[in-house]
Amino acid sequence: MGDYILLAIGCIFVNNILLAQFLGNCPFLGTSKKMETAVGMAMAVIFVLVMAGIITWLTDTFILKKFELEYLKTISFILVIASLVQFVEMFLKKSIPVLYAGLGIFLPLITTNCAVMGACLINVDKEYNFIQTLVSSFSFAIGFGLALILFAGVRERILLCRVPKPLQDTSIGLITAGILSLTFFAFKGMV
Amino acid sequence: MAKSIQQEFIKGLWDEIPPFRLVLGLCPVLGVTTTMENGIGMGIATTFVLVCSNILVSLLRNIIPSKVRIACFIIIIATFVTVVELLMQAFAYGLYGTLGIFIPLIVVNCIVLGRAEAFAFKNPLIPSLADGLGMGIGFTLSLGALGGVREILGTGSLFGNALFGSSFQPFTFMVEAPGAFVCLGIMLCLMNLIGNK
Repeated sequence: MGDYILLAIGCIFVNNILLAQFLGNCPFLGTSKKMETAVGMAMAVIFVLVMAGIITWLTDTFILKKFELEYLKTISFILVIASLVQFVEMFLKKSIPVLYAGLGIFLPLITTNCAVMGACLINVDKEYNFIQTLVSSFSFAIGFGLALILFAGVRERILLCRVPKPLQDTSIGLITAGILSLTFFAFKGMV
Repeated sequence: MAKSIQQEFIKGLWDEIPPFRLVLGLCPVLGVTTTMENGIGMGIATTFVLVCSNILVSLLRNIIPSKVRIACFIIIIATFVTVVELLMQAFAYGLYGTLGIFIPLIVVNCIVLGRAEAFAFKNPLIPSLADGLGMGIGFTLSLGALGGVREILGTGSLFGNALFGSSFQPFTFMVEAPGAFVCLGIMLCLMNLIGNK
Protein backbone atom coordinates (compact mmCIF):
# COMPACT_ATOMS: atom_id res chain seq x y z
CA MET A 1 0.00 0.00 0.00
CA GLY A 2 2.81 2.38 0.93
CA ASP A 3 4.37 1.82 -2.47
CA TYR A 4 1.19 2.92 -4.22
CA ILE A 5 0.96 6.09 -2.14
CA LEU A 6 4.58 6.90 -2.97
CA LEU A 7 3.88 6.24 -6.65
CA ALA A 8 0.87 8.54 -6.53
CA ILE A 9 2.79 11.37 -4.85
CA GLY A 10 5.63 10.88 -7.30
CA CYS A 11 3.30 11.16 -10.28
CA ILE A 12 1.30 14.12 -8.97
CA PHE A 13 4.08 16.34 -7.63
CA VAL A 14 7.62 15.17 -8.33
CA ASN A 15 7.19 14.03 -11.93
CA ASN A 16 4.27 16.34 -12.65
CA ILE A 17 3.33 15.59 -16.22
CA LEU A 18 3.04 19.22 -17.30
CA LEU A 19 5.77 20.98 -15.42
CA ALA A 20 8.46 18.33 -15.02
CA GLN A 21 7.87 15.99 -17.98
CA PHE A 22 6.69 18.65 -20.46
CA LEU A 23 3.81 16.62 -21.80
CA GLY A 24 0.51 18.20 -22.77
CA ASN A 25 1.77 21.75 -23.06
CA CYS A 26 -0.43 22.79 -25.99
CA PRO A 27 -3.70 22.52 -24.06
CA PHE A 28 -1.85 23.85 -21.01
CA LEU A 29 -1.24 27.18 -22.75
CA GLY A 30 -4.34 27.02 -24.92
CA THR A 31 -7.05 26.42 -22.35
CA SER A 32 -5.60 28.20 -19.34
CA LYS A 33 -6.79 31.71 -20.16
CA LYS A 34 -10.09 31.20 -18.38
CA MET A 35 -10.78 29.22 -15.25
CA GLU A 36 -13.90 27.65 -16.79
CA THR A 37 -12.11 26.11 -19.76
CA ALA A 38 -9.24 25.00 -17.55
CA VAL A 39 -11.59 23.10 -15.25
CA GLY A 40 -13.35 21.54 -18.26
CA MET A 41 -10.08 20.40 -19.79
CA ALA A 42 -8.79 19.07 -16.46
CA MET A 43 -11.93 16.98 -15.94
CA ALA A 44 -11.84 15.65 -19.50
CA VAL A 45 -8.20 14.63 -19.11
CA ILE A 46 -8.80 12.86 -15.80
CA PHE A 47 -11.68 10.96 -17.35
CA VAL A 48 -9.91 9.93 -20.55
CA LEU A 49 -6.43 9.37 -19.16
CA VAL A 50 -7.56 6.75 -16.65
CA MET A 51 -9.54 4.86 -19.30
CA ALA A 52 -6.74 5.16 -21.86
CA GLY A 53 -4.23 3.93 -19.29
CA ILE A 54 -6.28 0.81 -18.64
CA ILE A 55 -7.00 0.06 -22.29
CA THR A 56 -3.46 0.63 -23.57
CA TRP A 57 -2.11 -1.55 -20.76
CA LEU A 58 -4.48 -4.33 -21.78
CA THR A 59 -3.57 -3.88 -25.46
CA ASP A 60 0.12 -4.01 -24.68
CA THR A 61 -0.02 -7.01 -22.35
CA PHE A 62 -2.52 -9.22 -24.12
CA ILE A 63 -1.98 -8.36 -27.77
CA LEU A 64 1.37 -6.71 -28.49
CA LYS A 65 3.55 -8.62 -26.04
CA LYS A 66 1.80 -11.92 -26.65
CA PHE A 67 2.36 -11.82 -30.39
CA GLU A 68 5.71 -9.96 -30.20
CA LEU A 69 4.38 -6.91 -32.03
CA GLU A 70 5.96 -4.30 -29.77
CA TYR A 71 7.15 -2.24 -32.73
CA LEU A 72 3.51 -1.45 -33.49
CA LYS A 73 3.13 0.25 -30.10
CA THR A 74 2.97 3.81 -31.44
CA ILE A 75 0.34 3.09 -34.09
CA SER A 76 -1.81 0.87 -31.94
CA PHE A 77 -1.78 3.23 -28.95
CA ILE A 78 -2.77 6.27 -30.95
CA LEU A 79 -5.56 4.32 -32.66
CA VAL A 80 -6.82 2.97 -29.36
CA ILE A 81 -6.80 6.43 -27.81
CA ALA A 82 -8.47 8.07 -30.82
CA SER A 83 -11.25 5.51 -30.94
CA LEU A 84 -11.66 5.62 -27.16
CA VAL A 85 -12.14 9.38 -27.29
CA GLN A 86 -14.66 9.04 -30.10
CA PHE A 87 -16.51 6.34 -28.21
CA VAL A 88 -16.55 8.30 -24.94
CA GLU A 89 -17.89 11.30 -26.81
CA MET A 90 -20.72 9.30 -28.37
CA PHE A 91 -21.54 7.61 -25.06
CA LEU A 92 -21.66 10.87 -23.13
CA LYS A 93 -23.79 12.57 -25.78
CA LYS A 94 -26.41 9.83 -25.50
CA SER A 95 -26.34 8.94 -21.82
CA ILE A 96 -25.04 11.85 -19.76
CA PRO A 97 -25.83 15.03 -21.74
CA VAL A 98 -25.01 17.27 -18.76
CA LEU A 99 -21.45 16.01 -18.59
CA TYR A 100 -21.22 16.15 -22.39
CA ALA A 101 -22.20 19.80 -22.39
CA GLY A 102 -19.41 20.48 -19.91
CA LEU A 103 -16.66 18.45 -21.55
CA GLY A 104 -17.93 18.50 -25.13
CA ILE A 105 -15.47 20.66 -27.00
CA PHE A 106 -12.48 19.44 -25.02
CA LEU A 107 -12.92 15.78 -25.81
CA PRO A 108 -11.80 15.81 -29.47
CA LEU A 109 -8.77 17.91 -28.49
CA ILE A 110 -7.62 15.14 -26.18
CA THR A 111 -6.69 12.82 -29.03
CA THR A 112 -3.75 15.08 -29.82
CA ASN A 113 -2.95 15.77 -26.18
CA CYS A 114 0.46 14.25 -25.63
CA ALA A 115 -0.18 13.98 -21.88
CA VAL A 116 -2.55 11.06 -22.53
CA MET A 117 -0.33 9.25 -25.02
CA GLY A 118 2.79 10.08 -22.98
CA ALA A 119 1.39 8.75 -19.72
CA CYS A 120 0.34 5.51 -21.45
CA LEU A 121 3.82 5.09 -22.94
CA ILE A 122 5.47 5.77 -19.57
CA ASN A 123 3.27 3.15 -17.89
CA VAL A 124 4.23 0.56 -20.45
CA ASP A 125 7.93 1.50 -20.55
CA LYS A 126 8.23 1.18 -16.78
CA GLU A 127 6.52 -2.23 -16.93
CA TYR A 128 3.93 -1.39 -14.31
CA ASN A 129 1.42 -4.03 -13.33
CA PHE A 130 -2.30 -3.38 -13.64
CA ILE A 131 -2.81 -1.70 -10.23
CA GLN A 132 0.29 0.45 -10.65
CA THR A 133 -0.95 1.52 -14.09
CA LEU A 134 -4.29 2.48 -12.59
CA VAL A 135 -2.65 4.48 -9.77
CA SER A 136 -0.13 6.22 -11.99
CA SER A 137 -2.66 7.12 -14.72
CA PHE A 138 -5.00 8.61 -12.16
CA SER A 139 -2.19 10.49 -10.41
CA PHE A 140 -0.75 11.86 -13.66
CA ALA A 141 -4.21 13.11 -14.55
CA ILE A 142 -4.67 14.71 -11.12
CA GLY A 143 -1.25 16.34 -11.46
CA PHE A 144 -2.25 17.67 -14.88
CA GLY A 145 -5.50 19.07 -13.52
CA LEU A 146 -3.81 20.61 -10.50
CA ALA A 147 -1.14 22.37 -12.54
CA LEU A 148 -3.65 23.54 -15.17
CA ILE A 149 -6.08 24.98 -12.63
CA LEU A 150 -3.32 26.68 -10.61
CA PHE A 151 -1.93 28.16 -13.82
CA ALA A 152 -5.36 29.38 -14.96
CA GLY A 153 -5.78 31.16 -11.62
CA VAL A 154 -2.47 32.95 -12.09
CA ARG A 155 -3.25 33.85 -15.69
CA GLU A 156 -6.59 35.39 -14.78
CA ARG A 157 -4.70 37.73 -12.45
CA ILE A 158 -2.18 38.58 -15.17
CA LEU A 159 -5.03 39.89 -17.31
CA LEU A 160 -5.46 42.69 -14.79
CA CYS A 161 -1.82 43.74 -15.00
CA ARG A 162 -0.05 45.89 -17.55
CA VAL A 163 2.34 43.65 -19.43
CA PRO A 164 4.95 45.12 -21.82
CA LYS A 165 3.80 44.66 -25.41
CA PRO A 166 6.36 42.12 -26.69
CA LEU A 167 5.81 39.96 -23.62
CA GLN A 168 2.04 39.77 -23.98
CA ASP A 169 0.01 36.59 -24.22
CA THR A 170 2.07 33.42 -24.79
CA SER A 171 5.39 34.91 -23.82
CA ILE A 172 4.35 35.99 -20.33
CA GLY A 173 2.39 32.74 -20.07
CA LEU A 174 5.54 30.71 -20.60
CA ILE A 175 7.54 32.72 -18.09
CA THR A 176 4.74 32.31 -15.54
CA ALA A 177 4.72 28.58 -16.25
CA GLY A 178 8.46 28.61 -15.56
CA ILE A 179 7.90 30.13 -12.13
CA LEU A 180 5.12 27.65 -11.41
CA SER A 181 7.45 24.86 -12.54
CA LEU A 182 10.05 26.19 -10.11
CA THR A 183 7.67 25.67 -7.20
CA PHE A 184 7.02 22.08 -8.32
CA PHE A 185 10.77 21.68 -8.71
CA ALA A 186 11.02 21.99 -4.94
CA PHE A 187 9.34 18.59 -4.61
CA LYS A 188 12.27 16.93 -6.37
CA GLY A 189 14.04 14.45 -4.15
CA MET A 190 10.96 13.96 -1.98
CA VAL A 191 10.25 10.46 -3.27
CA MET B 1 -3.03 30.16 -55.37
CA ALA B 2 -0.92 33.20 -56.11
CA LYS B 3 1.84 32.15 -53.77
CA SER B 4 4.87 30.63 -55.40
CA ILE B 5 6.68 27.55 -54.17
CA GLN B 6 9.53 29.61 -52.79
CA GLN B 7 7.08 31.60 -50.70
CA GLU B 8 5.57 28.43 -49.26
CA PHE B 9 9.05 27.31 -48.33
CA ILE B 10 10.27 30.64 -46.94
CA LYS B 11 7.21 31.27 -44.74
CA GLY B 12 8.18 28.37 -42.50
CA LEU B 13 11.55 29.96 -41.84
CA TRP B 14 10.40 33.28 -40.44
CA ASP B 15 6.81 34.48 -40.97
CA GLU B 16 5.17 31.38 -39.57
CA ILE B 17 8.15 29.73 -37.94
CA PRO B 18 7.02 27.03 -35.54
CA PRO B 19 6.94 27.01 -32.56
CA PHE B 20 7.38 30.78 -32.20
CA ARG B 21 4.78 32.15 -34.62
CA LEU B 22 2.54 29.12 -34.59
CA VAL B 23 2.53 28.15 -30.95
CA LEU B 24 2.09 24.45 -31.61
CA GLY B 25 3.99 21.33 -30.67
CA LEU B 26 5.51 22.76 -27.54
CA CYS B 27 6.12 19.49 -25.72
CA PRO B 28 9.23 18.36 -27.60
CA VAL B 29 10.40 21.97 -27.77
CA LEU B 30 10.51 22.17 -24.00
CA GLY B 31 11.33 18.56 -23.28
CA VAL B 32 14.37 17.74 -25.40
CA THR B 33 16.20 21.02 -25.80
CA THR B 34 18.69 20.57 -22.99
CA THR B 35 21.51 20.48 -25.56
CA MET B 36 21.84 21.70 -29.12
CA GLU B 37 22.49 18.19 -30.41
CA ASN B 38 19.25 16.85 -28.93
CA GLY B 39 17.32 19.82 -30.31
CA ILE B 40 18.62 19.36 -33.83
CA GLY B 41 18.16 15.58 -33.71
CA MET B 42 14.54 15.99 -32.67
CA GLY B 43 14.07 18.65 -35.34
CA ILE B 44 15.37 16.37 -38.09
CA ALA B 45 13.16 13.49 -36.95
CA THR B 46 10.13 15.78 -36.96
CA THR B 47 11.06 17.23 -40.37
CA PHE B 48 11.21 13.74 -41.86
CA VAL B 49 7.75 12.89 -40.54
CA LEU B 50 6.36 16.27 -41.58
CA VAL B 51 7.65 16.06 -45.16
CA CYS B 52 6.60 12.43 -45.68
CA SER B 53 3.15 12.88 -44.20
CA ASN B 54 2.59 16.08 -46.19
CA ILE B 55 3.51 14.26 -49.41
CA LEU B 56 1.25 11.30 -48.73
CA VAL B 57 -1.68 13.36 -47.49
CA SER B 58 -1.40 15.61 -50.52
CA LEU B 59 -1.33 12.63 -52.91
CA LEU B 60 -4.31 11.00 -51.22
CA ARG B 61 -6.33 14.17 -50.73
CA ASN B 62 -8.88 13.26 -53.40
CA ILE B 63 -9.34 9.72 -52.10
CA ILE B 64 -9.69 10.37 -48.36
CA PRO B 65 -13.31 11.19 -47.44
CA SER B 66 -13.32 14.41 -45.45
CA LYS B 67 -15.40 12.91 -42.63
CA VAL B 68 -12.71 10.46 -41.55
CA ARG B 69 -9.74 12.57 -42.58
CA ILE B 70 -8.34 13.09 -39.08
CA ALA B 71 -8.19 9.34 -38.46
CA CYS B 72 -6.47 8.83 -41.83
CA PHE B 73 -3.93 11.58 -41.08
CA ILE B 74 -3.14 10.00 -37.73
CA ILE B 75 -2.52 6.59 -39.29
CA ILE B 76 -0.27 8.09 -41.98
CA ILE B 77 1.68 10.08 -39.39
CA ALA B 78 1.95 7.13 -36.99
CA THR B 79 3.36 4.98 -39.79
CA PHE B 80 6.15 7.45 -40.51
CA VAL B 81 6.85 7.91 -36.82
CA THR B 82 7.33 4.16 -36.51
CA VAL B 83 9.72 4.31 -39.48
CA VAL B 84 11.74 7.06 -37.78
CA GLU B 85 11.71 5.14 -34.50
CA LEU B 86 13.09 2.00 -36.10
CA LEU B 87 15.66 3.94 -38.17
CA MET B 88 16.93 5.73 -35.09
CA GLN B 89 17.15 2.50 -33.12
CA ALA B 90 19.32 1.11 -35.90
CA PHE B 91 21.55 4.08 -36.73
CA ALA B 92 21.49 6.56 -33.84
CA TYR B 93 20.84 4.54 -30.72
CA GLY B 94 22.45 7.07 -28.35
CA LEU B 95 20.19 9.86 -29.53
CA TYR B 96 17.20 7.51 -29.49
CA GLY B 97 17.94 6.81 -25.82
CA THR B 98 18.17 10.51 -24.90
CA LEU B 99 15.05 11.57 -26.78
CA GLY B 100 13.20 8.52 -25.46
CA ILE B 101 9.47 9.01 -25.17
CA PHE B 102 9.46 12.13 -27.33
CA ILE B 103 10.07 10.12 -30.53
CA PRO B 104 6.76 8.20 -30.41
CA LEU B 105 5.14 11.43 -29.29
CA ILE B 106 5.81 13.04 -32.69
CA VAL B 107 2.48 11.36 -33.54
CA VAL B 108 0.62 13.80 -31.36
CA ASN B 109 2.76 16.80 -32.28
CA CYS B 110 0.22 19.39 -33.32
CA ILE B 111 2.48 20.85 -36.02
CA VAL B 112 2.46 17.65 -38.09
CA LEU B 113 -1.29 17.16 -37.84
CA GLY B 114 -1.85 20.89 -38.22
CA ARG B 115 0.06 21.10 -41.52
CA ALA B 116 -1.68 18.01 -42.88
CA GLU B 117 -5.07 19.49 -42.07
CA ALA B 118 -4.40 23.14 -42.89
CA PHE B 119 -2.17 22.78 -45.92
CA ALA B 120 -1.46 19.39 -47.45
CA PHE B 121 -5.11 18.33 -47.62
CA LYS B 122 -5.94 21.35 -49.79
CA ASN B 123 -2.85 21.71 -51.97
CA PRO B 124 -1.08 19.69 -54.66
CA LEU B 125 2.12 17.77 -54.20
CA ILE B 126 4.89 20.31 -54.83
CA PRO B 127 3.61 23.16 -52.62
CA SER B 128 2.88 20.64 -49.86
CA LEU B 129 6.43 19.34 -50.11
CA ALA B 130 7.81 22.89 -49.92
CA ASP B 131 5.54 23.70 -47.00
CA GLY B 132 6.56 20.58 -45.07
CA LEU B 133 10.24 21.15 -45.73
CA GLY B 134 10.08 24.83 -44.78
CA MET B 135 8.14 24.19 -41.60
CA GLY B 136 10.44 21.31 -40.70
CA ILE B 137 13.61 23.34 -41.19
CA GLY B 138 12.09 26.23 -39.25
CA PHE B 139 11.23 23.85 -36.42
CA THR B 140 14.75 22.38 -36.46
CA LEU B 141 16.31 25.87 -36.35
CA SER B 142 14.10 26.89 -33.42
CA LEU B 143 14.89 23.72 -31.49
CA GLY B 144 18.59 24.09 -32.27
CA ALA B 145 18.63 27.72 -31.17
CA LEU B 146 16.76 27.02 -27.95
CA GLY B 147 18.94 23.99 -27.25
CA GLY B 148 22.07 26.02 -27.97
CA VAL B 149 21.11 28.86 -25.63
CA ARG B 150 20.20 26.45 -22.84
CA GLU B 151 23.34 24.39 -23.31
CA ILE B 152 25.66 27.41 -23.37
CA LEU B 153 24.09 29.03 -20.31
CA GLY B 154 23.33 25.87 -18.40
CA THR B 155 26.55 23.92 -18.84
CA GLY B 156 28.98 26.43 -20.39
CA SER B 157 29.61 24.22 -23.41
CA LEU B 158 28.36 23.63 -26.95
CA PHE B 159 28.21 20.16 -28.54
CA GLY B 160 30.06 18.99 -25.42
CA ASN B 161 33.04 21.36 -25.91
CA ALA B 162 33.67 23.74 -23.03
CA LEU B 163 33.43 27.35 -24.21
CA PHE B 164 34.49 29.29 -21.17
CA GLY B 165 37.34 29.00 -18.70
CA SER B 166 36.99 27.16 -15.42
CA SER B 167 35.87 30.38 -13.69
CA PHE B 168 32.48 30.19 -15.47
CA GLN B 169 29.68 29.27 -13.11
CA PRO B 170 26.94 27.54 -15.15
CA PHE B 171 23.28 28.46 -14.55
CA THR B 172 22.10 24.95 -13.81
CA PHE B 173 18.60 26.45 -13.74
CA MET B 174 18.63 26.69 -17.54
CA VAL B 175 18.93 22.96 -18.20
CA GLU B 176 16.30 22.07 -15.59
CA ALA B 177 12.55 22.10 -16.24
CA PRO B 178 11.75 25.70 -15.16
CA GLY B 179 14.55 27.10 -17.31
CA ALA B 180 12.92 25.63 -20.42
CA PHE B 181 9.73 27.64 -19.94
CA VAL B 182 11.49 30.87 -19.02
CA CYS B 183 14.00 30.58 -21.87
CA LEU B 184 11.29 29.94 -24.48
CA GLY B 185 9.22 32.81 -23.07
CA ILE B 186 12.12 35.22 -23.34
CA MET B 187 12.99 34.07 -26.87
CA LEU B 188 9.36 34.55 -27.91
CA CYS B 189 9.51 38.06 -26.46
CA LEU B 190 12.67 38.83 -28.47
CA MET B 191 11.03 37.51 -31.64
CA ASN B 192 8.06 39.82 -31.05
CA LEU B 193 10.40 42.73 -30.43
CA ILE B 194 12.29 42.17 -33.70
CA GLY B 195 9.23 41.24 -35.75
CA ASN B 196 7.11 44.23 -34.77
CA LYS B 197 9.59 46.91 -35.77
